[in-house]
Amino acid sequence: MQDAIKPRDARDVAEAITSAAANDKRLELIGRGSKREIGRAAQTDATLDLSAISGITLYEAEELVLSARAATPISEIEHALEEKKQELAFEPMDYGPLLNKKPGEGTIGGAVAAGLSGPRRIKAGSARDFMLGVSAVSGRGEIFKAGGRVVKNVTGYDLPRLLAGSWGTLAAMTDITLKVLPRAEDCATVLVFGLTDIRANEAMSAAMGSSCEVSAAAHLPQWPADNIAELKFPGKAVTALRLEGISQSVAYRKMKLEELLRPFGELGALDASKSRAFWKNIRDVAPFANRTERPVWKISTAPSLAPGIAAGINTAAGAHYYYDWAGGLLWLEMPGDKPQEGAVRIALAGRGHATLIRASAAARASAEVFEPLDPVRAAISQRLKASFDPKGVLNPGRIYAEA
Amino acid sequence: MVAMPAPDRSVLDRREKIVSALREIVPGEGVIANDVAMRPYESDGLTAYRQLPMVVVLPETVEQVSKVLRYCYENGIKVVPRGAGTSLSGGALPLADGVLLGLGKFNKVLEIDYANRAVVAQPGVTNLGITKAVEGKGFYYAPDPSSQIACTIGGNVAENSGGVHCLKYGLTTNNVLGVEMVLITGEVVRFGSKYLDAEGYDFLSLIIGSEGLLGVVTEVTVRILKKPETARALLVGFPTSEAAGDCVAKIIGAGIIPGGMEMMDKPAIHASEAFVKAGYPLDVEALLIVELDGPEAEVDHLIERVSAIAKDCGSSTLRISNNEEERLKFWAGRKAAFPAVGRISPDYYCMDGTIPRAKLPLVLAKMRELSEKYGLLVANVFHAGDGNLHPLILYDANKPGELQRAENFGNDILRLCVEVGGVLTGEHGVGVEKRDLMPVMFNKIDLDQQLRVKCAFDDKGLLNPGKVFPELHRCAEMGRMHVHGGKTAFPDLPRF
Repeated sequence: MQDAIKPRDARDVAEAITSAAANDKRLELIGRGSKREIGRAAQTDATLDLSAISGITLYEAEELVLSARAATPISEIEHALEEKKQELAFEPMDYGPLLNKKPGEGTIGGAVAAGLSGPRRIKAGSARDFMLGVSAVSGRGEIFKAGGRVVKNVTGYDLPRLLAGSWGTLAAMTDITLKVLPRAEDCATVLVFGLTDIRANEAMSAAMGSSCEVSAAAHLPQWPADNIAELKFPGKAVTALRLEGISQSVAYRKMKLEELLRPFGELGALDASKSRAFWKNIRDVAPFANRTERPVWKISTAPSLAPGIAAGINTAAGAHYYYDWAGGLLWLEMPGDKPQEGAVRIALAGRGHATLIRASAAARASAEVFEPLDPVRAAISQRLKASFDPKGVLNPGRIYAEA
Repeated sequence: MVAMPAPDRSVLDRREKIVSALREIVPGEGVIANDVAMRPYESDGLTAYRQLPMVVVLPETVEQVSKVLRYCYENGIKVVPRGAGTSLSGGALPLADGVLLGLGKFNKVLEIDYANRAVVAQPGVTNLGITKAVEGKGFYYAPDPSSQIACTIGGNVAENSGGVHCLKYGLTTNNVLGVEMVLITGEVVRFGSKYLDAEGYDFLSLIIGSEGLLGVVTEVTVRILKKPETARALLVGFPTSEAAGDCVAKIIGAGIIPGGMEMMDKPAIHASEAFVKAGYPLDVEALLIVELDGPEAEVDHLIERVSAIAKDCGSSTLRISNNEEERLKFWAGRKAAFPAVGRISPDYYCMDGTIPRAKLPLVLAKMRELSEKYGLLVANVFHAGDGNLHPLILYDANKPGELQRAENFGNDILRLCVEVGGVLTGEHGVGVEKRDLMPVMFNKIDLDQQLRVKCAFDDKGLLNPGKVFPELHRCAEMGRMHVHGGKTAFPDLPRF
């Protein structure tokens, strides 16, 4: 175990980082450590344990705004929102089950730092889209704030959104202000059975291009479909489309959507409670959970390209996979214990990005976890990192090797 | 008036040489160097500020943009990028010793991809031009700033533009998937594409709303949406602005996110009604327009719920649009509010603060006090759903001292917005106009961090200097870390 520093507040965080910078020490930032195994395996001198920086500090439901300290558990926030019939509309996924850990351990800071989202990504966006304001400590040990608590704000650079998805490499966030939204009062899911990947892609594109306001669209080939309880072992591929809103609207749109999809194949449906359970499973990559020996890749691409990319990887390496985000998100579980990075990146050919989410430390050390950048972007990324953290104190090397 | 950086004599002395070098890169009429022809570029939508640039360059290709920027970088010449010039904050105000780089010739929609619901456009395509390109198939581009007929998608990216529908559909930053950008060094780089999320850092977040200080955008990929089946609007009058504000809060508290929700105060209502005769009630203190969109069954249901809430909140008049013509008429007054105010006053100054919605009655009351103090009238239009205020200060530039008084009044309003927990600008940008107010919202450490980000893109500070940041610093000086005498109080890592 390496040394752990556990600050009580933002000033402690600033002091710890200032001290580390002055002594050329490198820090690993953690909230509750639920996503610690994601990213490049990097060497650090001490752990900056932010778990005590916790608690909701402001929640005004009618203003659609919530502020919380960075290590506030997501579960605590979701509970508070539920009482006012609201939610984090970006539906942050829980990496716990996929990484063979307990579910429900994530923090809001972790969700933001990892740029999380869920099936609703295609309609509502990801964590970045809900970031309003932030207070953080840079690698220089300076406490800075950016953004605010209102939705419409163009005062200065949008640093709150920049910090989303930065994996703690730019600054240690201590306070986060988010936009929250009312929770849909009803939902339903339309299923289409037995489609090929290409046909499913067309069906999802047709649904997304309709006025049915589809809030999630996934396609599961037979193997993952047979591993999701709510589908009851269909023995064939399943394409699923979610509708959310007030009951009258959901019922009407379901009828319209069924009309649209009938020519594609046999239809089915999930009611509201089965829908909720099903989409949580899709969100948390349940088909690949608790199989830690198998590496898992997450690929983001243009939806129409996804079937070709999946086929390419399958030909070269074989894999279990399914599509979320109307095809734009591909979850792949590789056979055996090797990530087979070459097969993945060659099939993707730069038409999106692939991230190695689950793999052994040894495998992560031998592969690029995140999509490699071209030289211009790599150079500007280095300069951006240095603008926040000139001495490379914060999570050095977690996304890319430092220069 | 906010002062711009002093022109660099050594650059002005080289003007002829610079102009001919630029003509080598952009031939023919793409370089404009005579004062008369440069006149249309001397200001943007913030017309109180005017300055002729050293030279105007209108490139047609990415390669030309790249070469122009590289030349400017190598020769230490400042560059001000410009789209349609509709900025209300002086974002495209030229510099006497700078190149004004107009992107007007980049006006083509490059690709329409219905399968992936994306459009790739050059930055000079107008906001409405994108919707026009896809509306035949029932699609549209959601952000709709009031200037959408004229403003360009490149300008929208620079300002992170909003519009009346952004409460439900988001701002530019929520609807752009990717950009191609030329750095000041001439390097061409792409961030994002038709896929979601970023590989590495989320540069799109930085670039959108960066006001032309980080690079020149040469291509934009946006997502398009299917038009809602139907839309209906309510026009609701209230005897007090408190009651109207209360109604807005209760609608959202009931879990309803309208497509648009706009408020106008009495002076704005009267000016609009006199201008377009939209049928607005004149005996109310505040008017709300609430638009609901979606499937008919949903809209009809929500219209009833919103009507009930409005009555509960003490509305004195309430009308519901029964057809498209009526709906557009409700909006006509709101959309014409700025020119309507322009009719009743020789000049007006449009402000753009955002406040937490609950503070509206307080802010309106204080604004009335300020109005008396400065002896200038103010009319308010308000994106009520998201707390974005547009006070219009009425003045006459021909009366000595009135412009200065209007500016001082405006600055006081913005300070008030920040005091109550809001921000200086919701959608118009900092530009020149609000530059010197930045310290009201940010301390030196906050601003220095933003400047360091700027330095990561533009180490010589050549892109749009004099905008956004109240003080200019050399990047080398920003990068230093001050460790006093090489020691700190904590020789080892501290324990807590």
